[in-house]
Amino acid sequence: MHEIFELILSQQFMATHKSSKITVALMLLLILNTFSSFAQLDTDEVIDESFNPTEMIMHHISDSHGWHFFGEGEDAFTIPLPVILWTDKGLVSFMSSAFHHDVEGEYIVEANGQKFVNYHEKIFVLNEGETEFEYNEEEHAALNANSPFDISITKNVASMLLTSILMIILFMGLAKHYRKSKKAPKGFTNILETLVVFVRDEIAKPQIGEKKYMKFMPFLLTVFFFIWIANLMGLLPGAANVTGNISITVALGLFTLALILVNANKDYWQHVFWMPGIPTFVKPILAIVEILGVFIKPIALMIRLFANITAGHIIILSLIGLIFILETAGVAAISVPFALFITVLELLVAFLQAFIFTMLSALFIGMAVQEHEHH
Amino acid sequence: MDLITPEYGLFVWQVVVMIILIFLLTKFAWKPVMKAVGEREASINEALASAEKAKEEMANLKADNEKMLQQARAERDEMLKEAQQMKKSIIAEATEDANQKAEQILEKAQAAIQNEKKTALAEIKSQVAELSVQIAETVVKKQLDDKQEQMTLVNKMLDDVKLN
Repeated sequence: MHEIFELILSQQFMATHKSSKITVALMLLLILNTFSSFAQLDTDEVIDESFNPTEMIMHHISDSHGWHFFGEGEDAFTIPLPVILWTDKGLVSFMSSAFHHDVEGEYIVEANGQKFVNYHEKIFVLNEGETEFEYNEEEHAALNANSPFDISITKNVASMLLTSILMIILFMGLAKHYRKSKKAPKGFTNILETLVVFVRDEIAKPQIGEKKYMKFMPFLLTVFFFIWIANLMGLLPGAANVTGNISITVALGLFTLALILVNANKDYWQHVFWMPGIPTFVKPILAIVEILGVFIKPIALMIRLFANITAGHIIILSLIGLIFILETAGVAAISVPFALFITVLELLVAFLQAFIFTMLSALFIGMAVQEHEHH
Repeated sequence: MDLITPEYGLFVWQVVVMIILIFLLTKFAWKPVMKAVGEREASINEALASAEKAKEEMANLKADNEKMLQQARAERDEMLKEAQQMKKSIIAEATEDANQKAEQILEKAQAAIQNEKKTALAEIKSQVAELSVQIAETVVKKQLDDKQEQMTLVNKMLDDVKLN
């Protein structure tokens, strides 16, 4: 199975070898991405003997306490990340490697006089005197343990921090350029500037208006680049699915909601609660719809981003999973190019989703701060 | 489903990281970048405007030059014309002057000639008188020898005078 896959790899590589270095690097990266899924699948099969695609896909798109790259069980290559828990007895912290790659709630970690287990990437603290973790699959509840408030640096948090550091390096670099010269930057810095100007001229100015856009530029720029860079990082092999996680998108959507609520002017609230220019008996009905609309708008933002990114990952993983479902290496000849195609498509989606999120945020903010002409 | 259940930890981290990120980037990146980009755009617009202005001024200058050239040409033509006229008038004046002078000289010459003629005539008259006296003397000297003859002469002369 490996030989055939490598053959496909080398063919793909040879095909792109003649084109520019960047393309080769990109292709290699994309192929490696599919390969990392493949490696994971291979070992799954060895251990379980039966392949469960749902479990595999869920493992790839969910958050985890360690940053797993490849391998299984004790041989797995995983970067340990700190587990930070707020329990009844205060703050407890230890490295994720303390669980020894166990996610079935079997390995018990003792810290701060309490016993912790990792059950499907959820940390539980055992009740006093208990020595073994029991879980009721039917009711989806732990029988003799409860969940502490988990503020661990998980794979997603680590990835989010990496994205943030990358953004700080990139854009402080851009700002540094202007301290040295007044001229337009060259090369990569120029790309960054073009994107900043793109957010200003194509998103902020048309949606919010010349007068008020400046106030919202920091948020729009930060959100745009955060989502885009996180999306792109999510396409790297072994990377976390940051923007495809509902917690992240909820947080981002709430930022937009908060900005709308804080900055909305009198006109906006009047249009929400008592729409002018319509018969009075319709006004209360419309008020209900409008009040719901205030919250549905950011909720739509949250779900759109989460669903689009997660869906992309699921498609790629499913295509690779086909090889193992059908148990034929030959399927790779079809699924690998397909997965590659989807991955390239995801590059576009990465930009598109960042653009749409920022665009709609700007649109909603623009609606809230707009000066209405009275009818 | 786990997939669509937000996890508080991750949510809290995202909010905290996002606030710090917005704060840091606004202070150290977005503000300087937006300011610099804005300033550069303003300076580009300004440069374009001033280039346009310079072009306009250039055109104006060119038009002015053309106008001045035309004026100079007209002036030159005028001057040439005047000079021509002046030449003509000078020549005419000179000719007239010369004519007058020539006439004057001629008049003077004629007057002089007249005078000369008068004096010459007067001289001739006096010389003729003298000569006649001399002749008369001689004749008288000879005639006086004969009384008769003397008388006849005198009579004759007297007759002549009367006839005159």
